[in-house]
Amino acid sequence: MAEPLVELETDVLVVGSGAAGMAAALSAAEAGARVLLADRSLVGRSGATVMAQMTVAVALGSEQPDHWEHHLADTIAAGRGLCDADLAEIVCREGPEEIRRLDGWKVGWARHEDGRIRQAQAPGHDRPRCVYVDFLSTGPAVAKTLRGRVLRQETVTRVGDLYVADLPVRDGTVRGAVGFSMADGRPVAIAAGAVVLATGGLTRLYRRNSASANMGGDGHALALRAGAELMDMEFVQFFPIGHLAPRLVGMDPIMWDPFRYKLGGRLLNAEGREFVNDYGNEEGAVYNVTRDKATHAILSEVQAGRGSPAGGAFLSFEHVPEARLREAFGPVIDRLAKNGIDLTRMAVEVAPIAHYHMGGVRVDAAMETRVPGLFVAGETVAGANGANRLSGNAITEALVFGRRAGESAARRAEAAGRARPAGSETLELIRGSSPAAELNLAGAIAELQALMAEQVGPFRTAEGLEQALAGIAALRRALGERPPGAPGPYDLGRLDWFDLRSMLLVAEAVTTAALARRESRGAHQRDDFPLMDDAAWRLHQTLSLKDGALALGRAPVQAPRAADIEEVA
Amino acid sequence: MTAPAETPTARLVVHRTGREEASRYEVPYTPGQSVLDGLRYVRANLDPSLAIRHSCINANTCKECMIRIDGTVGYACTARLEPREMELRPLPNKTGLRDLVTEIGPPDERLDHAVARSGGGGRED
Repeated sequence: MAEPLVELETDVLVVGSGAAGMAAALSAAEAGARVLLADRSLVGRSGATVMAQMTVAVALGSEQPDHWEHHLADTIAAGRGLCDADLAEIVCREGPEEIRRLDGWKVGWARHEDGRIRQAQAPGHDRPRCVYVDFLSTGPAVAKTLRGRVLRQETVTRVGDLYVADLPVRDGTVRGAVGFSMADGRPVAIAAGAVVLATGGLTRLYRRNSASANMGGDGHALALRAGAELMDMEFVQFFPIGHLAPRLVGMDPIMWDPFRYKLGGRLLNAEGREFVNDYGNEEGAVYNVTRDKATHAILSEVQAGRGSPAGGAFLSFEHVPEARLREAFGPVIDRLAKNGIDLTRMAVEVAPIAHYHMGGVRVDAAMETRVPGLFVAGETVAGANGANRLSGNAITEALVFGRRAGESAARRAEAAGRARPAGSETLELIRGSSPAAELNLAGAIAELQALMAEQVGPFRTAEGLEQALAGIAALRRALGERPPGAPGPYDLGRLDWFDLRSMLLVAEAVTTAALARRESRGAHQRDDFPLMDDAAWRLHQTLSLKDGALALGRAPVQAPRAADIEEVA
Repeated sequence: MTAPAETPTARLVVHRTGREEASRYEVPYTPGQSVLDGLRYVRANLDPSLAIRHSCINANTCKECMIRIDGTVGYACTARLEPREMELRPLPNKTGLRDLVTEIGPPDERLDHAVARSGGGGRED
């Protein structure tokens, strides 16, 4: 017998509970809305925020004078001509307020003895601008602090283990969501006056990635199917020095970055020689080469046969005195020792790893998509970071966009009045029973990840991208029209089906945009079109669904104001 | 599909909530791997029906992958896979949902709690 439908009603539904989702829930509640904060996993512990061990860029000026316009100039320069200047300005201008708000909530930003908040210098920044919580605790501290505030908000209802499968649209407006409870498989329909998607990025599409396993582009797929546009989908950021070997457990693979800046970790090829400057970079004593360029340098070296045994580069701190290592790494050095790593005597191997996605859902300054009632926050938003994100901007963006999206959604829900349930054909998929799967769907997801890593990774060609599109189409045929089995408790086979359905759509969007962009820019590098072509390609590509198929479009870039251009120059 | 005989293997004996008999899997062993790596290998290559839970992959930040490993409670993402027989069971003091997955969400973050707060879940006209 089919499980009865569980119906919920709220003013604002927030999907995803990383920093962006929690910030949105808080601001919507403060604006008077009743909020349902839903996550497919545990509330406040899934997504990328808890994985962000590092730094948050913001013009506080606590180390030396700074202004958000300087931060904006660096953001726009890193974005390689594709930042939406309005969105980038919002991040840089409103960032300091969010950092101070978290400080007031006792997040624990690292401080000098005189009380000033410490700010570290990170690549691409013209001055020390990145705040942090010591010893790789930044993301977890931010998540824990926000979660503590959410718990105090009487009007926020939290629901974990709730998978959102679709957003019903009636009269052109998003009316809520349908999905199912992971714990028992019960179908769920949520009526909402407004929906905020804060599901993070899509790095799960890649075999080696630094994000959570639940970041497979859920929000991108939900937005597309609801009628919204995606933008800049071809720009996937690879983090240049993701840990590769020896195998580390219990550590974030992107952990090396802050230590590299702080201590001057040397990036070496198989010949033991520093090589980053061989690729047109001018890196001196301070490591300041941006992520796209460092990724390009490492992978070029590997292609030239000078990579490390595991297929990356060596990162060495062997020249740093042991006392300094101990001081900088703190307790982390003991965790490394448990993994058999002694930095005084050995280099580790690092390689680019899928880390962040600059593209996402196209929104206006209120974080609203072209579909009324549908808002987006955090990494799921397109535009603020252009073709390459500046180090430290992700948490800033999550906090700033989250707050805006929550406020906007609360206003929209108030105007919409009491939410009414809306039907969705997807409920039939959620409630229906089918024969067991013939295909191993977990294996199919791994196959997609391998395909994306090989053909739609940091280096791309028309031939490889065509192969990827063919592989995606084959996987879609194998996926079939209905999820396998019947609703039940924690059925990963069924979840894999829904996940692969979304991942294939989003992978096709990334690949289609990458094939169309016949130039190299930022994180999008085409071996067959190696140069940046501003005359033809200084524009955004958009994607939307038309009669069930992806359709490419173009949109102009919102240019920076004159003052910002002067800063960049 | 099992790994070639000459490769060292980890032999995982998984006691699954909802099933009488334990499932046995042979996983190719590489030094440094975690138990979670082994379980993910099982799902992608041997038995996709096996239910496990994890959000982060091996950073030990989501804290979702806690199970019993050879009788001791620990995180699958930090426990090392070893080239021998290893016995895996769900947490003893939590409600079992399926296989190695237990109900670990706080009671006030479960669906029934939200339904109660939402006014019983009925349609309102």
